[in-house]
Amino acid sequence: MRNTKEKESISFGNKLLHGNLLYTLIAILVGFIVGAILLQIAGVNSAAAYGKLISGTLGKVKFIVWSIAYATPLILTGLSVAFSFQTGVFNIGAEGQYVVGSLAAVAVGIFVKVPAIIHIPLCLIVAALAGGLWSTIVAVLKVKRGINEVLSFIMFNWIAYYLSNYIVNTPAIHTTGTGECTKDIADSAKMTIASDFLGSGATYNILVAVLAALLIAFILNRTTLGYKLKAVGFNRHAAEYGGINSNKEIVTAMAISGALAGMGGACQLMGMGMRVSQFASQESFGFQGITVALIGSTNPIGCIFAGLFYGVMKYGGTKLSLVNAPAEIVDIIMGTIVFFIAISHVFKRLILGYAGKKKAGDKGGNK
Amino acid sequence: MGRESHVDLSKTVIAMHDIVKKFGDFVANDGINLTVHKGEVHAILGENGAGKSTLMNVLYGLYHPTSGHIEVNGSKVSIDSPEKAIELGIGMVHQHFMLVQPFTVTENIILGMEPVKGLTVDLKSAREQVVELSKRYGLDVDPDAKIEDISVGMQQRVEILKVLYRGADILILDEPTASLTPQEISELIEIIGHLTGDGKSVILITHKLKEIKASADYCTIIRQGKYIQTVNVAEVDENELASMMVGRDVTFKVEKKEQEPGTEALVIKNLHGRDYRNVEILKGLELSVRCGEIVGLAGVDGNGQTELVEIITGLRKGTEGSVMIHGKEVFGATPREIFEAGITSIPADRQKHGLVLQFSVADNLILQNFGEEEFSKHGILKRDAIQKKATELIEKFDVRPRGSENKPAGQLSGGNQQKVIIAREITNDSELLIAVNPTRGLDVGAIEYVHRYLVEQRNKGKAVLLVSFELDEIMNLSDEIKVIFDGKIVGSVPGKGADENELGLMMAGGGAHA
Repeated sequence: MRNTKEKESISFGNKLLHGNLLYTLIAILVGFIVGAILLQIAGVNSAAAYGKLISGTLGKVKFIVWSIAYATPLILTGLSVAFSFQTGVFNIGAEGQYVVGSLAAVAVGIFVKVPAIIHIPLCLIVAALAGGLWSTIVAVLKVKRGINEVLSFIMFNWIAYYLSNYIVNTPAIHTTGTGECTKDIADSAKMTIASDFLGSGATYNILVAVLAALLIAFILNRTTLGYKLKAVGFNRHAAEYGGINSNKEIVTAMAISGALAGMGGACQLMGMGMRVSQFASQESFGFQGITVALIGSTNPIGCIFAGLFYGVMKYGGTKLSLVNAPAEIVDIIMGTIVFFIAISHVFKRLILGYAGKKKAGDKGGNK
Repeated sequence: MGRESHVDLSKTVIAMHDIVKKFGDFVANDGINLTVHKGEVHAILGENGAGKSTLMNVLYGLYHPTSGHIEVNGSKVSIDSPEKAIELGIGMVHQHFMLVQPFTVTENIILGMEPVKGLTVDLKSAREQVVELSKRYGLDVDPDAKIEDISVGMQQRVEILKVLYRGADILILDEPTASLTPQEISELIEIIGHLTGDGKSVILITHKLKEIKASADYCTIIRQGKYIQTVNVAEVDENELASMMVGRDVTFKVEKKEQEPGTEALVIKNLHGRDYRNVEILKGLELSVRCGEIVGLAGVDGNGQTELVEIITGLRKGTEGSVMIHGKEVFGATPREIFEAGITSIPADRQKHGLVLQFSVADNLILQNFGEEEFSKHGILKRDAIQKKATELIEKFDVRPRGSENKPAGQLSGGNQQKVIIAREITNDSELLIAVNPTRGLDVGAIEYVHRYLVEQRNKGKAVLLVSFELDEIMNLSDEIKVIFDGKIVGSVPGKGADENELGLMMAGGGAHA
């Protein structure tokens, strides 16, 4: 009777104990504690640093706006990775798809002259197609040639990286002014909001991320497509037995995942960057997406909150120098959180075991 | 039965008193008593979900009883972890083996208790110890073989050796015969005899009455979490045990009306195919099943049954031959096309092919049908209809616990997982139903139901191909019995009046009269 454990009354407390949220929150708490210890060791007042982290990101409307702007691309790459996890592949290539997405969007944003109402969706769609195609190549290599997607994704990240630097430096697209970057995209392709109240960081690209998350949640839970993708992801054999063409669904899943990351690149470009710069190192939006997906328990809606959290932290990191704290502490905190989420089943066992014992003890006592 | 008993009634090794285990409001064990003596084989009998495994998990320290107490060798103990259980000399062999596939037999046995020499594992002396243990209890294993290369029966012996290596005197075997062939089962019964002869006690969790009669001294019956009684196995027959377990009279014989079979539904000609090692395993097999008959395919595991079914259902590509369903060629077609042509199957490996364990029961019930109008429209799933269907099938096929529509299928017990698959395949109501070991892991009540259903399909004029390692099942249900050996059909006898010895001989490759 392995099933009886789940027979427990579905009270709120039980839901909390058996779900992921509690353990994610514990991991976040532990991340901050570890960060505080390291800050103290480095001779920085951790209370001051954390104070700055909070006041610098949430203290003013303008700061909140900036935090959200930082969050948008992370929600999309997080969604990309979460979707891939749900469908049984590991998209470690969101980084590359993000890059080709922004390249596609910058090209359309500079060279195509149409009104904003067409220009903005066009840039997003082309970026999604570019990211999707980038990922589809890897998917086809996987199903046709049996090449492990993790390896090819990592290589495709580097291909995208150097491709981007090459394209940025072609004369047609390179800026005529100073700087190692492309021209700016046309105003009609920008997703900014001009408002003194909201500040210079204001963009509505968060809407794209939230809509994408809702759409993905709907696809996964309510459509036959999601059913097929998840069936293949969880158990390829049973899916095939049920008449699902698993190779086809793997390609579909990876294409969608890539499209999401590609849109992440476009959103960052059209809401914040306005141009693509030459890289000196990988920007890591794709890798940070893995963190977002894990903090969000690979749940699309969870990714919205996880992405916002990461956005706050990332923007907050830029403020830490004001209190002489290293910005890298943010990476350490995020890394610690991921580590503790990865081992969260240990907490879960401990806490459930304790709760179980306590319950048994109470009942025994009553008797 | 001619078996020798080794029970020493003067020495009680395990005494469980009034064990209650609750999960929330659900009472899995409700006042169960169990007494086991030295040298005794004690069977725990109950239906799927009766609470047998829960009771054993309490004894093995995986669960803490809500109330009640346990005595081991006369003194009251609190077993709060498997480590404690092992310390007390209790060992458990789980239904699903816990072995490291790329490791050798020896490495698996010593895992966690490796003898060391300096800084390295002393594999040589470990190997000697393993060989000595296996000789002593007649557990024939190759200490150097890798787990991934040995049969399921061998793997089980490794599990038993693992427990013995840890010094267990009381062995709990959880459904040990569920995945064994008849030969392996009789070998296991022999091994159990060696163990008790050496003073060990064995607790056997099972719902197979025949094995209880063949191996156990005492039997404790549990029904819906409640203690029913403990009986001396020698004093009861299988029918009595079955009624005690289910709580009503059970018929083993399926009523089957006389019926002339109709036209040929499935015709297989000159079928060749390879197994996973790319070795030819089907060598020109020919088989046909007519409408309104059950053809039973008897044979020892590994003679091509698995590959045959996989090729018919499209999961494996055959190398040559023809598979026709109602005159339509489906050799080499996709599983979807074959399903649509009218073939459904109850797969042999329920966790690999039958279910997506992470999916809810409701979602598993529509594995082939999610695209149909009843369950989706324009690619959007009709959640209400799916839910309704699930509730209906759970009720009809007695899937326990009730209300598990939205539970992951992986949380159901093995027997109930099988019921979910059967519910799905039966509802598909296809022209040809292929049932591979359809009652494996089911209790008598459920077996009766599945058998009745297979016969019902036959009576409706549908074709049924029954592939089973249980010869009893084949003889009981089939209109025609075909024997498969070495990739070919080597014999065919009418189901009525079939002789077990004759079949056994053909299954072993002798006395072919095809």
